[in-house]
Amino acid sequence: MSAVTDFFHGFRGRVAGLPKPVRIVLLVVAALLVYLLPILNPPFITTTDSDFASVLFSCSVYALVALGLNVVIGYAGLLDLGYVGFFAIGAYAVGVFGSAHGTLPWLLCVPLAIIFAMVSGILLGAPTLRVRGDYLAIVTLGFGEIIRLVLLNSAWLGAAAGISNVPSPTGPALFSIPHLDWSGGAPVVDLSTTTTVLEFGVRDATPFYWLALTVVIIVIFIDRLMQNSRVGRAWEATREDEDAAELMGVPTFRFKLLAFAIGACIGGLSGSLFAARQGFLNPDNFTILYSVLFVAMVVVGGQGNRWGVISAAFLLTWLPEKFRFLSEERYLLFGLALMALAIFRPQGLLPPRRAVRAIESEEEIEALEEGTAHA
Amino acid sequence: MDLLIHHFFELTITGLAIGAVYSLVALGYTLVYGVLRLINFAHSEVFMWGTFGAVWVLTALGAGQASGAGVFGYLIIGFAAAMLVSAVVAMLLEYVAYRPLRKRNAPPLVALISAIGASFVLSELMGLRDKVATWFGLETTLADYVGRPRENAVMPSLVDSHTVFQLGDYGVKNIDIIVFVSALVMMVVLDQFVRRTRLGRGIRAVAQDPESAALMGVNRDRVIRLTFLVGGIMAGGAAMLYLLKIGVTRYNAGFILGVKAFTAAVLGGIGNVRGALLGGLVLGVAENYGSALVGTQWKDVVAFLLLIVILLFRPTGLLGESLGKARA
Repeated sequence: MSAVTDFFHGFRGRVAGLPKPVRIVLLVVAALLVYLLPILNPPFITTTDSDFASVLFSCSVYALVALGLNVVIGYAGLLDLGYVGFFAIGAYAVGVFGSAHGTLPWLLCVPLAIIFAMVSGILLGAPTLRVRGDYLAIVTLGFGEIIRLVLLNSAWLGAAAGISNVPSPTGPALFSIPHLDWSGGAPVVDLSTTTTVLEFGVRDATPFYWLALTVVIIVIFIDRLMQNSRVGRAWEATREDEDAAELMGVPTFRFKLLAFAIGACIGGLSGSLFAARQGFLNPDNFTILYSVLFVAMVVVGGQGNRWGVISAAFLLTWLPEKFRFLSEERYLLFGLALMALAIFRPQGLLPPRRAVRAIESEEEIEALEEGTAHA
Repeated sequence: MDLLIHHFFELTITGLAIGAVYSLVALGYTLVYGVLRLINFAHSEVFMWGTFGAVWVLTALGAGQASGAGVFGYLIIGFAAAMLVSAVVAMLLEYVAYRPLRKRNAPPLVALISAIGASFVLSELMGLRDKVATWFGLETTLADYVGRPRENAVMPSLVDSHTVFQLGDYGVKNIDIIVFVSALVMMVVLDQFVRRTRLGRGIRAVAQDPESAALMGVNRDRVIRLTFLVGGIMAGGAAMLYLLKIGVTRYNAGFILGVKAFTAAVLGGIGNVRGALLGGLVLGVAENYGSALVGTQWKDVVAFLLLIVILLFRPTGLLGESLGKARA
């Protein structure tokens, strides 16, 4: 296996070998560092051409999207090319109930966003999940496009102009923290750029980033529980061999529908976060291109590995922002990067350990077979 | 409803014409899918490059003022240019984006990512063609071709549109006939090629069972190259017909058409050559009827809903047999 995977699994093994309290402390420190990223403004990672906190916020929202789509593609093995539809439903639920046709606060819109996304996931999945795998791709692609066109053509949803004044979360303004400035080479406390803790304003995206990151962490925990449960095993069995799973008594259709619904929920949730920061919504935020990008995140990250898809979501969101000075060429470079990743790391950045083991044993068998053939 | 009844013939004829273009592009998806089980996401860009090939060559030759037999000659040249460019791009695509993955036994979804990447690269290269020309120091020489790269490129008007005969209330235009008939001819030729020739038999054999085909002496790599070549030629033909019908193209013109063509391929039964023809025509006509019934802005919604409904009742598409099963 390549060096990256080796390093990752070696690292994992070493951390797992530590006593539990040490592990927890390490985890908390790591999480704290991630939370403080926009304050610390570390050189190289920070983006100079666009607001770093906003970029981090987008990264976390897309990490959430990737986690949700990972349930559908990575765990259950269903290719969904219309995931942006659920993202859009979540965002528009906040817009409709919080601004266009209601005055609910953001926090109350979120459960509605999740419910609407889930219901639409079930409505789409119930008839179409019986269709064979490759066809599902085009059906979901069509679904995503239908959602966008409905948003674009329905006056009730604001049509092309969209919905403005989408509510943001509210929080008390407690105290201010100054950011660090590294432009001189050494860190200097920059008193002119501050973050007011838990004040969700247009000026500063840092509290939004914290909110999104917290949601991501909660979803990671839920995701872990699901994957290690009976449900997770049922998904794995269905993905590897549907007929065999069905014969072993796994109601595959029901589990596929469940994966679809859970994926939709997470998509809706991430959409509601997106809406909170964006403030206005229009159908252009939800084109097929985003669906394609989401699938790219999951596959590039290594389908089925949650840390892999999170890193890929971060990378694919951060790279175009980092290279914003190449504004014209960045999509060209993005395409080249996707091709290079596919060709040179076909198993994804961080493939799940199970897949690594499977590939290794396959290679072993092949070597054995060739050995006998030559003998 | 009134709109549909009053314009029934017009909607049908124009639907068939645009549907024929869908069918030709759908063939590229269907052939590659049949042989490689791969959704060739970048096929739409193969088509788009073909449109530019025709526009550039015809502009360079000053084709706008032709008349009589000249028009026919320019039509042939346009077809040849579009087919050549599309075929070259399709084969390059196979060589750069798919072959290395096959050599490494990559999982199928990864090929989709490579395809998406290639699609970005191809459409952005066209969208940045002024920059690309600058790298070679040709931006002034080629200003007519590479200027304003994100805008529409206009096709020199070759064929004057006029009514040939009356069908109901609608005067059928010569362009509709040219588009429909040439698409049909290309499709029949391809169908016979796949069914009757030795190369076509190779394609069918690989589609049916790649390993047995290899054991019987079929060169799989050559068959795959051939498949991309044939798909590219069909996309080039579609590109020229699209230009005749629509008149302009741009760097992202492939995308929506690609989605529609892929829908058509699935609608007819992916991997099935005749299915692609039927799927394209049904989609083109249904779209037109649908937009007459519920409004033009819902045209694409009608197309996708139709797809979903048909897949519910015929899960493998209208004609639903695979490329491998086609009999000679």
